[in-house]
Amino acid sequence: MSRLAGLLLAAGFLTSAPVHTALLVGGGAAVISGVVGVFTVIRGQAFAGHALADVSSAGGSLAFLLGVNPILGFLGMAGAAAAGMEAVGVRRLRGRDLATGVVLGAGLALAALFLYLDSTTTSTTGAAITVMFGSMFAIPAATGRLAAVVGGAALAGVALMYRPLLLASVDADLAAAQGVRVGGAGLMYALVLALSVALSAVTVGAILSTALLIGPAATALRLSRRPGQAMLVAAAIGLAATWLGILLAYDSYVWTPGHGWPVSFFIVTLIMAAHLLASRGRA
Amino acid sequence: MFSGFMADTWTAVTIVAVIAGIVGFFVVLRDGAFAAHALPLGAFPGAAAASLLSVNTLFGLLAFGALGVAGIGRLRAGGRREVATALTLVTLLGVGALLLSLTTQYAAEIYALLFGQVLGVSRADLGPIAILGAVVALTAALAYRPLLLTAVAPELAEVQGTSAARMELVFLAILALATVLTLPVVGALLVFSLMVGPPAAARAFTARPLAALLLSVGIALPTAWGAVALSYATNWPVGFFVGTLSAGAYGIGALWSRLRAAPAPGRK
Repeated sequence: MSRLAGLLLAAGFLTSAPVHTALLVGGGAAVISGVVGVFTVIRGQAFAGHALADVSSAGGSLAFLLGVNPILGFLGMAGAAAAGMEAVGVRRLRGRDLATGVVLGAGLALAALFLYLDSTTTSTTGAAITVMFGSMFAIPAATGRLAAVVGGAALAGVALMYRPLLLASVDADLAAAQGVRVGGAGLMYALVLALSVALSAVTVGAILSTALLIGPAATALRLSRRPGQAMLVAAAIGLAATWLGILLAYDSYVWTPGHGWPVSFFIVTLIMAAHLLASRGRA
Repeated sequence: MFSGFMADTWTAVTIVAVIAGIVGFFVVLRDGAFAAHALPLGAFPGAAAASLLSVNTLFGLLAFGALGVAGIGRLRAGGRREVATALTLVTLLGVGALLLSLTTQYAAEIYALLFGQVLGVSRADLGPIAILGAVVALTAALAYRPLLLTAVAPELAEVQGTSAARMELVFLAILALATVLTLPVVGALLVFSLMVGPPAAARAFTARPLAALLLSVGIALPTAWGAVALSYATNWPVGFFVGTLSAGAYGIGALWSRLRAAPAPGRK
């Protein structure tokens, strides 16, 4: 029995401080991404959500260069890009993907430059991997506290603006007729999205944060048509996948010879498994 | 800059720019910017897979590009196109995270695959690039009319017996092939900016399809050449210049259509 427990729960999982931080920050990122992701899918802005995450990697790599906390870099760049995209008008359907693509291209160009400068001016050679694919088990405790603040702000934003945000997302014209300031709601959404993207970028990495944002939300919207319910389901799926992913990655140090498999792989696989199961169940 | 070993680079970049210009025309026409971003990024782990199996990088990229096309085509049957694209992308990248951790590739090589490395083009790379380029150009020429028709007037195409869903798959396949030959030069993250910026600018200057296609190639060429020259001169990554120059081309196009639209309102 204890051997089985040892197999499921490799030694030190419950007592390791990096694991605690990972569970806390990763779990928070998953919950917030799940909630915000439902808005993203309803608004049909999966590309914009992904683009925002990719562009934020420029901020993350700049933070490496300047030696400040990466989460601040991700947040600053994601916020700027979100405001920029709302300004360019990603809500117009015509030419929207094109505008998003151009902003994304320009942002990635900056990321390329900063990462290059990272590798030439500092000794942090692995910056590209860390920024793009995350570093769940290497989150400093200080980042954990900062992440809690960011996550709290995002959840508070959604809670405060829930009704107008939802109405504006489902039907902008109807919302405007009911006196909702659609532009304001759009900006609020962009801000909350930026917060959630920054949070998941430090955990699963910039290019994989889309998995947490879109995967659970798309699955939840297949299971439930009611947005509020879907948000809870999405948060639960994201949280379960993240925690289970962290556990499996930690355990994998035992059954792979001292190397371990990346957390991001397990989380993405679990999220996709849930999505395929849900699709099969409905079909 | 024009010395012996750079000659191969200039040849490769010219092929890449021509193909990106052609394929980009369809990307802009069919509003496929997300797919154009997702396929290269999703194909990038193929390089790690190829290195694990010690086969040619191109085969790994081809395999993962095919997986990407299949995934987008399969998943979108049950839902929205962009959600399907996003899910396919993250799945491939998730596998990629695993493959990258298993290979002993240096961080510098992964960085080069993500952001491009023109100076690494060798004579041996030119053959596959030229063949793939010819295949893409030929397919695009053969499928030119149905690709155009299904994008502009899907109902009319359906009446004429052209399936929009099938043409979408053809489009994705062309995109994936173009990706495979462009990726090692420009980098996974910035392939699509060469396929979005120049053709978008071209469309601002002319409404005639064939003229826009040619102009798209005409803008992509100096964009790519300029990026390589600047990268050579500064030693900065070529992806940075491709991204910024492409965005610049788009900006000029957008400015032009705004200036032209101003005196004659109502014109689209």
